[in-house]
Amino acid sequence: MARVLVQDAPFDIAAETAALTAGRTDVGGVGSFVGLCRADDGLSALVLEHYPGMTERAIKRIVDEAEARWPLTACTVIHRVGRILPGEGIVLVLTASAHRAAALESCAFLIDWLKTRAPFWKREEFDGGAERWVAARAEDDAATARWERDMASARRGQDTPARQAKA
Amino acid sequence: MRVLYFAWVRQKVGIAEEEVAPPADVRDVASLVAWLAARTPGHAAAFADRKQVRAAVNQDFATPDHPVAANDEVAFFPPVTGG
Repeated sequence: MARVLVQDAPFDIAAETAALTAGRTDVGGVGSFVGLCRADDGLSALVLEHYPGMTERAIKRIVDEAEARWPLTACTVIHRVGRILPGEGIVLVLTASAHRAAALESCAFLIDWLKTRAPFWKREEFDGGAERWVAARAEDDAATARWERDMASARRGQDTPARQAKA
Repeated sequence: MRVLYFAWVRQKVGIAEEEVAPPADVRDVASLVAWLAARTPGHAAAFADRKQVRAAVNQDFATPDHPVAANDEVAFFPPVTGG
């Protein structure tokens, strides 16, 4: 059962990892990704906006896709919204599986898909009062497209890293 | 029909959401955009470059040819940048 949260509050990776594996003896590895707010170009804060209702549904769908592709024992996705300061965490993805390949690959898949498939928008605030919306990046689309190609090969029955991990 | 705006699309339109009753010939996302763009200068500015605006109908991403109906929730926003 995946844990999906969209929240203002910071998250605690140690507490979330402990909760993910508490009482279990079937987890061989936890893949983790923490997205942090960088202070590029005098950035003073990042303000994250989302589409309440659609956001949670979109993330659950992405998690369902990951669970269909890899044998996960548990999964946590926490995405913050509101005002985030440099050095603070923005997003946390944890994936637990019996084996490392499934944990690491599904974690990478989830963060790539969150970038392009979950309705969040970032606005940058700078020292001096300037602000600008972060533009979507072609590299993020390319990362999602790579997983889609992998999925298409899997459907054609070709061996892919994801299928090997599942086997 | 409930229409929601997010990020810079919201800032340009000037409101976060509105109830609208488009005419009967507005049957899909593309014709709704054309109708909304003619409402105020803010709407026109938001939809000036339509390739930069994405849509969702009833909280699912939707293409310009996706149908829209009176009870739908339709949202407009820039390409997403989460993660």
